[in-house]
Amino acid sequence: MSISEGTLITPADFTGAGSAGDVSERGKFGVFGGRFVPEALIPALDEVAAEYEKARTDMAFIREFDHLLRTYAGRPTTITEVPRFAEHAGGARILLKREDLTHTGAHKINNVLGQALLTKRLGKSRVIAETGAGQHGVATATAAALMGLECVIYMGAVDCERQALNVARMKLLGARVVPVTNGSQTLKDAINEAFRDWVTNVDSTHYLFGTVAGPYPFPGIVRDFARIIGVEARRQVLELTGKLPDAVCAAVGGGSNAIGIMHAFIEDEGVRLHGYEAGGRGLETGEHALTLTAGSIGVLHGSRTYVLQDDEGQTIESHSISAGLDYPGVGPEHAWLKDSGRATYHGITDAEAMDAFALLARTEGIIPAIESSHALAGALKLGRDLGPDATILVNLSGRGDKDMGTAMKYFNL
Amino acid sequence: MTTLATVFEKARAENRAALVGYLPAGFPTIDGAIAAATAMVEAGCDVIEIGLPYSDPLMDGPTIQDAVHRALENGTRIADVMRTVEGVAKSGAATLVMTYWNPIDRYGADRFARDLADAGGVGTITPDLTPEEAGPWREASASAGIDTVFLVAPSSTEERIGIVADCCTGFVYAASLMGVTGARESVGSAAEGLVKRTRPHTALPVCVGLGVGTGGQAAEVAAYADGVIVGSAFIRRLLDAPNEQEGLRAVRELAAELAEGVRR
Ligand SMILES: Cc1ncc(COP(=O)(O)O)c(C=O)c1O
Repeated sequence: MSISEGTLITPADFTGAGSAGDVSERGKFGVFGGRFVPEALIPALDEVAAEYEKARTDMAFIREFDHLLRTYAGRPTTITEVPRFAEHAGGARILLKREDLTHTGAHKINNVLGQALLTKRLGKSRVIAETGAGQHGVATATAAALMGLECVIYMGAVDCERQALNVARMKLLGARVVPVTNGSQTLKDAINEAFRDWVTNVDSTHYLFGTVAGPYPFPGIVRDFARIIGVEARRQVLELTGKLPDAVCAAVGGGSNAIGIMHAFIEDEGVRLHGYEAGGRGLETGEHALTLTAGSIGVLHGSRTYVLQDDEGQTIESHSISAGLDYPGVGPEHAWLKDSGRATYHGITDAEAMDAFALLARTEGIIPAIESSHALAGALKLGRDLGPDATILVNLSGRGDKDMGTAMKYFNL
Repeated sequence: MTTLATVFEKARAENRAALVGYLPAGFPTIDGAIAAATAMVEAGCDVIEIGLPYSDPLMDGPTIQDAVHRALENGTRIADVMRTVEGVAKSGAATLVMTYWNPIDRYGADRFARDLADAGGVGTITPDLTPEEAGPWREASASAGIDTVFLVAPSSTEERIGIVADCCTGFVYAASLMGVTGARESVGSAAEGLVKRTRPHTALPVCVGLGVGTGGQAAEVAAYADGVIVGSAFIRRLLDAPNEQEGLRAVRELAAELAEGVRR
């Protein structure tokens, strides 16, 4: 099916062919995933899983989702070749998948529209969500406004400050933003608080989870709704270059934009998959979010995965200049892709990410999100490794407007 | 040694419900928690749950979060939890550890079960360990000879209640309401129904927790449950006390009020 006609997505796009962790396996990706949650939430998780199982093969649901992606989110998103930027990557060919051009400015909108439709099918009238950078919160508030749902967003108090613009956007969209003041006051604590709300209000409320982490069925559902990124990009790269890319790069926080672009390439053995985590101030400083690179296997937020934890299983606070990557856990499918060797994960420091952020702005006139800048920095390194014949596809997961406060401080603008 | 079985036998013989008190290790201090739990036993608690402080207590409300946060700030480690269990078990109460799963997972299931048994602990309550994931922990606990308590909730289906109850030894923990820990104005109306729905699935005692904080509420719950579990209300007393002495007096007073409640 071509991109310009018919539906963007087909039922086949929803089955997640070629990967473990299909919802029918109850969310196990090898030893990773599963469910570690209070028993009180099990019926709600079962309900979401069962409804999603029906929805994903229901043409009416798929058509509605497709319609929203096209007429509301602005899909398909284009790919942009960035030769001036690529000069700094040893001349490799770099193609950006432009999720920054979607409505609300990040890949998060894809998952949110899918789950908001699911919320309506579940007969629920209220959505809650956690947010780090505020992009998932903005996307959720947007979908809630569109569909007439009550919306409460939990956001770490530290993140509220560094992403003040997004707090204002959410409020304008009619959401209530609850600053979370316990723990590290960032994404992990916002998730704890959202779970507490959910267990209290589960009859009326859907927890619109924002990334491919959490208990089954969230990792599979969020992946399937984000999968369109890679499905489109694979066709687009083939159309443009006549072959598949040599590598696919994405930033990894919880892992949704990364799995979204990687998933359609998993069966393509020649395509290398690279995820870039936030190296913060550097591994040796202990101030980073290198969950896959430097963490160990444990349980956080309902699923078995890699976790930043101490020798007694206490979560270690992460650090990143980018709120969206500042998370000490990661989606279980990435843990599985890492251990199976199919994908490789690396760290990018704050400084490397900010350099790539500024470089893309100056060379191509595109201001990326700081999250996405980690993937861009990764592509710069990878290009130098792979040489000028390589084609690298990068998920530009979001735009940088929300990060201007950070950029102003960092670059003294 | 006092076991869960002997506690419930004794309570049944006295025609009353058992009183279960919760306190996190390391709060207000490591020795302070041992002293407070011991005072609770002396004033009438039959069972003590020692909470293992965890960085991400997503089932807990503000009171327990606050206490656990202080315990972690105090540098409380698993060795301290074991030491607390040892201290409290000496008071004659059946002493359990209540913990999220990750600390056990990291410590090693077999090692944790053995160390807990060695410290005189009689079992664990693991609120985020689902039956699907509980296999290794049940095996480790069985070989160490300690009990495994899991939770059922008002939202649980009959099928789930059956599955959870099958994993329990010692007792079944019935969460009185949909929500997090914390004392409330009234005990959830769903609690009695949940206990009734649980009975056909198990011969084990069924205890009710979440939201119980007064003698009146304890009496109400004791009318239909085998045990009454109180946590946040004890912690509140310690948090509000101007000093440790006053705190001990306050938890003693509350334990006595609750002990009277379960005997009404
Ligand atoms: C633009 C952007 N990219 C990436 C992320 C990281 O999330 P994930 O790893 O789930 O894609 C975020 C999260 O807020 C984001 O806003």
